[in-house]
This record gives sequence, structure tokens and C-alpha cells, in this order.
Amino acid sequence: MENGSATKDFITLLVFAVAILTMPIWMAPIGANYPDLLQRFAIYGIFAIGFNLLFGLTGYLSFGHAAFLGVGSYTAVWSFKLLSMNILPALLFSVLFTGLLAAVIGFVSLRRSGIYFAILTLAIAQMSYNLAYSVLTPITNGETGLQLRNYDVRIIDNLFGKVATEGIPSTNLFGITMSGYSGFYFSAVVLILCFWISLRIFRSPFGITLRGIKSNQKRMGYTGFNTRPYLLAVFIISGMYAGLAGGLLAVTDPLAGAERMEWTASGEVVLMTILGGLGTLSGPMIGAVVIKYFENIFSSIGDQRLLEIFSWAPDGLQHALAYVVSPFVGNGWQLTLGLLFVVIIIFLPGGLVSGFKRIFTKLKPIAKGVAKKEAKKEGADTGEAGT
Amino acid sequence: MAAFQGRSCECTYSLIHYSPGLDVDAIFLQIINGLDKGAAYALIALGLTLVFGTLGVVNFAHGALFMLGAFTTVSTQALLTMSMKIRDTSITFFEAYKEVPYLQVWWGDTGKAIIDYAVPISLLLVIPVMLLIGLLMERGLIRHFYKRIPADQILMTFGLAIVLQEIIKANFGANPIPVPAPEIVAGSAQIGSWLGMSDAIVYPWWRLIYFLFSLLVIGAVFAFLQLTTFGMVVRAGMHNREMVGLLGINIERKFTIVFGLGAVVAGLAGAMYTPILPPDYNMGMNFLVLSFVVVVVGGMGSLGGAVIAGFLLGILQSFASMNQVNSIIPGIDQIIIYLVAILIILVRPRGLMGREGVMED
Repeated sequence: MENGSATKDFITLLVFAVAILTMPIWMAPIGANYPDLLQRFAIYGIFAIGFNLLFGLTGYLSFGHAAFLGVGSYTAVWSFKLLSMNILPALLFSVLFTGLLAAVIGFVSLRRSGIYFAILTLAIAQMSYNLAYSVLTPITNGETGLQLRNYDVRIIDNLFGKVATEGIPSTNLFGITMSGYSGFYFSAVVLILCFWISLRIFRSPFGITLRGIKSNQKRMGYTGFNTRPYLLAVFIISGMYAGLAGGLLAVTDPLAGAERMEWTASGEVVLMTILGGLGTLSGPMIGAVVIKYFENIFSSIGDQRLLEIFSWAPDGLQHALAYVVSPFVGNGWQLTLGLLFVVIIIFLPGGLVSGFKRIFTKLKPIAKGVAKKEAKKEGADTGEAGT
Repeated sequence: MAAFQGRSCECTYSLIHYSPGLDVDAIFLQIINGLDKGAAYALIALGLTLVFGTLGVVNFAHGALFMLGAFTTVSTQALLTMSMKIRDTSITFFEAYKEVPYLQVWWGDTGKAIIDYAVPISLLLVIPVMLLIGLLMERGLIRHFYKRIPADQILMTFGLAIVLQEIIKANFGANPIPVPAPEIVAGSAQIGSWLGMSDAIVYPWWRLIYFLFSLLVIGAVFAFLQLTTFGMVVRAGMHNREMVGLLGINIERKFTIVFGLGAVVAGLAGAMYTPILPPDYNMGMNFLVLSFVVVVVGGMGSLGGAVIAGFLLGILQSFASMNQVNSIIPGIDQIIIYLVAILIILVRPRGLMGREGVMED
């Protein structure tokens, strides 16, 4: 864990902000420059950063975080239906409501730790998922998903005389329509804000306390810390992040379905965080981008596209290559995801970020022309962990 | 892979439509209705607990093993019903062909009977296949994770489960594949009249068989652990691994075999479940979540607890889906298991029969 100074943190934030805002430029060569996908990068980045605050800092593995994502989406859509198509109240309600929910769930589930905590959160999330499909159908609209309708009330919009002439109005921020690139830039700004908050939490005494809980909760208790309020606080914050992400998903596409709450969705955010680097600042963001990229790009590659990709190869080889690769793309992209996941956990327990770091520490002495023994030793030490 | 589209299994969907008042008959009916699902939970939870108790690994891929067992049966069935085209002589006015399984062509009615008994026959294949898969999994992957933190173990096995699931999806498609039970047990048993209760209480034969089969498997596992020297060593190892190692016993090898055993139990549970629920690639995951709940309710590391909790939760679920109960608390059938799990974890974290000091903080 790097403990940077204020300037170093500022540079980190600046680099992050520039990297996010210029995504439309540097994502273009790898075919990811369309606003819908970029927006999803940003939203799931928020989700993963929030999850990392809980899992990365305290080591409490929540397997039910998707419940907050789903609830956030539902809240936002209801705000669109009842109050206004403006996204600010929607996001505000998403965050507040999921915060409340997280307070209740956290109060119950934080009584236990380890595997019991994971199963408690999983059970609660599965309960809300099942309820959303059955009893809560009047609120969630069941399998169809909650949608906007022409006859929605939209009290605030109507108050200001912004009555939709025809069709369903789109979500907006004081008149700026939230679709296409404006939607992405809005999400990006929110993401940078969230990253900044996460950075502040990492550096704060609060964050250090949380890390203390991770390394030895008992000893934290001996030193006079009542750990429960700290855990509850970070659980609520993390839930709010998820709620915000859910709300933003509804901003992109005002439709909320219960499948967002399913436990596989909870598993996905765990994947993102682990893949990128658990407990690191930028890791979750990287993980979110990689996984969403895989999901979108790999799942869209069909057999024809594969042949085009391998068109440089001689004829027989071209078909052979396409045949070998085809199970891993298209409908089978999750196979690639699963394999990647297993490989990462086996060989790179610290995620992609630690991989970059290791490469960096190995390259540094070579670049300088001086082989530092320490760097090598450290590389060897971390290399041990994989076997 | 040609999915066998044979006669659909009657016992799959023939749930008993019987809704009397809350009398003894109704209660009995709900109890037996919960038995088959409870049996599946118990078998999966048994394997999970075995693996957890011996190797200390929380295996999220255990549901995938259940699913692999079911698909071994599907493959067996596909193998047995490999067909050739034969001129259909009953249609005379044009050249019609029909698909006839090789077995039927070669051996006539005997071949037909073999195909009919595809599910029981597949068990012969399930045992070696699952044992092999289990041993490979343990030696190849899980062995490297004993010293890692539980979160890493959970995540690795979770990733493995995704991989296994996707491989099955790529080969068998995403749709459930119907696997019929043998013709002779396709109907329902008149349990009600046997026991002198209402004649309206009937129970599909195959579910009854599944329940008895699960008792047999559970009994075999317990006998293996209690009566053999191998089982004794394993039990000792569950208590104190280090001590057994110091006595000069290669406990790791024994535990590897235990993992294989857990895989076989899960595989058998899945294979026999195919006539009740047509398997699809996702079935393991659905059962896994509930099985974890079962393990926790029963008490981490307690084999007896896992079995009892499995049956209890199965029956409880069946009670919660009664109309009378649902009208009082709507939606209770959807959440009852999770609700019980939450209560148990909060009030009695050791579960029903958990040992002291297992996964406690």
C-alpha cells in the first residue's frame, strides 16, 4: 500500500481523471468507443470502487452487493416516474435509500464475520431478489422490469409545466439529455468524484482503522476500538456507492429489472475487484473496465468476425485458428472470463495492478542498467505466492 | 450433441394438486413433498461438509459437480440412444426414414430396455467419472489453495464453477434436457392408501426412489467413515490434522480421496435428480447457494448436521409453499430458507450440530 503525500495523491487523481475523460480517444483503437459501453465502464467502476472500500479495506466479503445495485435502479426509476425526469433527485434518492437499506442489512450481517458474513449477505440479497420477482411485483413489475410509461405522474415536471408532448421523455440534467456522450461524461465526472472520495477514505484515519480491522480485528478490540461502528459506516458507504451505480444504470436506460440483483451479479463485482487488485485504489476500476470490455466485445464476436480477424493467416490455418478460438468468444465469453479469473487468482493474487507493479519493479533496474538486489528479491518473494 | 427427445417424464411436473384443510393428511403430504428436494440438499451439503471438514476449503464449485453428475447421465443417455436411419415400412407412399437407436437395431427389445434404464445404468459411469474429476480438481487446483485465505479459495472455486458451467453450456446448449426415468417407475405410488390415509396422497415413484437412494448413499458415507480404518484416519484428521500427520500418516493423500468421495456423492445426487428436474448448465449454481445455507444451518463441519438440515429445510420449504401458509404471509415460500439461515447464523452461529471452534471468530 503506497502512502503518498498530498501532492502525490493529487497527481494520482489528476492522472485518473485524465485517463477517464479521454477514454473516448484511447478506447477507439480497441473498438470500445461507443458511449453506451464507456458509460458502463464508468458505472461499474463506481460499483467496484465502492465494493473495494468494504472488501479491500476490511476484508469482509459481501456476496450480496448486487442487491444495492438493483435497489438503486428501482429507486431511480420510481423517481423518474413520480417526480421528475431530472437525474439529480433520482440519484439522490438512490443513494439515500440504499444507504438506509445498507444500514439495516449491515446492522444485521456485521454481527458475524468471515464465511458467515458472506452467507448472510448472500442470503439477504437472494431474499430481495426472490421477493422482487414474487411479492413485490407491484413495486418492481416482476420479470418485465420497471419501465417508464406515458401516463406517469412526474409531479415536479408537471409543476413547472414541462409536460411531455408525446412519447416518453428522456432522462436529463436540467435540460441536457443524458444519452450518448453527455451521459458518459456525466457518469465520468461522478466516477472521478467517487474515486476522490475513495482516495480520501484510503488516506484518512478512518481508512487506516479499517485496514487495522482487516489485519487483526481482535487486536483492534484490545487497543480500545469498538470496530462495529467503523464496519457499519464503511458498509453503508459501500452500499451507497452501489446504489449510485444502480441509479446511474437507470439514467442510461430507465428500466430496472431484478436480474441486476441476482447473486451472479454480486459475484461479478467481486471478480472485478479481485481482477484489478483488491485493496488498491485504481484496481477495481481497471477490473471493471476489463470485465465489461470482455463482456461487450468478446460476446459480440461471431464466427464470421473470427475469420476476418484471422484473415492474415493462410487458408487452412485461418479456419483452424477460428475453430480453436470460437468456443471462447460469442456466447462462450464467460468461459474466457472464468479462465481468466482462475488464472489471475492462482498466479496474480494481487490482481492486475500488482502484476503491473511487478513488471515495473523488474524493468526499473534493467532500464537503469543497475540490477538492484532488493528489487529482484522482492520479485522472487511475490513470485512464490503463485505456486 | 443430439438431445434425446424421448417421452417426457411424467414425474417431473406431476406435482400433487391436493389442497385440503390443515389436517394430518395435508401435513404428511407436505413432509413427503419436501423429502426429495431435501435429499438433494442433504447430499450436496454432505459433500460440501466433507470437503470443508477435511481440507478446510469452501468449495463453490461443488454445485458444478452436482451438475456434472447430471450431465454424465445426459451423456450416457445420448450414448445409448445413438441412432441410425432406417426405412419406415409403415409408410408406403413415399420413402420415409425413422431414427432407430443402434441398441434397438442390434438387440431388439433388450436394447429398448437398456435405453429405458439409462438413468440407473449411468450411475455405473458417474462413479468413476466423478471420482476422476474430483481427484483431478483437488490435485490440479485446490491443493495449491490450502494456505491461502478463505476469500481466495472461494473466488478460485467460483471461477472454476463458471468454467465448468460454460463448458457444459458450449457442449449441451442452454436448454434443459429431459431425461426420463424407467417406464416402470413413471407413475405414482399410492402412499396414502398404503398407510391407511387418504387415497388422494400419491407420490411419484421416482421421487420415492430418490429419497431411498439418498438414504443409501448417506448411510454408505457414514459407514465408510465410521467402520473402516480409512474412515477412522479421516475422522482423526478432521479433528487434528497435524497430529495425524505427526503419527506418520500421509493425511494429504487421504484427504484427496475424500475430495473425490465428495465429488462422487454430488455427482450421484445430480445424476439421480435428472428425471425430477431436467438438467441445464445452471442447475448446480441454484442448488449450491441453498446448500451453503444448509451447511451453515446444520453447523459448519458437522456431517450429521448437514444431512438433518438438508431434509429439514426441504420439508420447511414445502410447508411454506402451501396455500394456507402463503395466504397468511405472502411470498414466504420464496424466502423461508434464507430467513431461517439468517436467524440461525445470528442466534446460533454454530448451527444445529456444529462443533466448537470450527470457523469461529
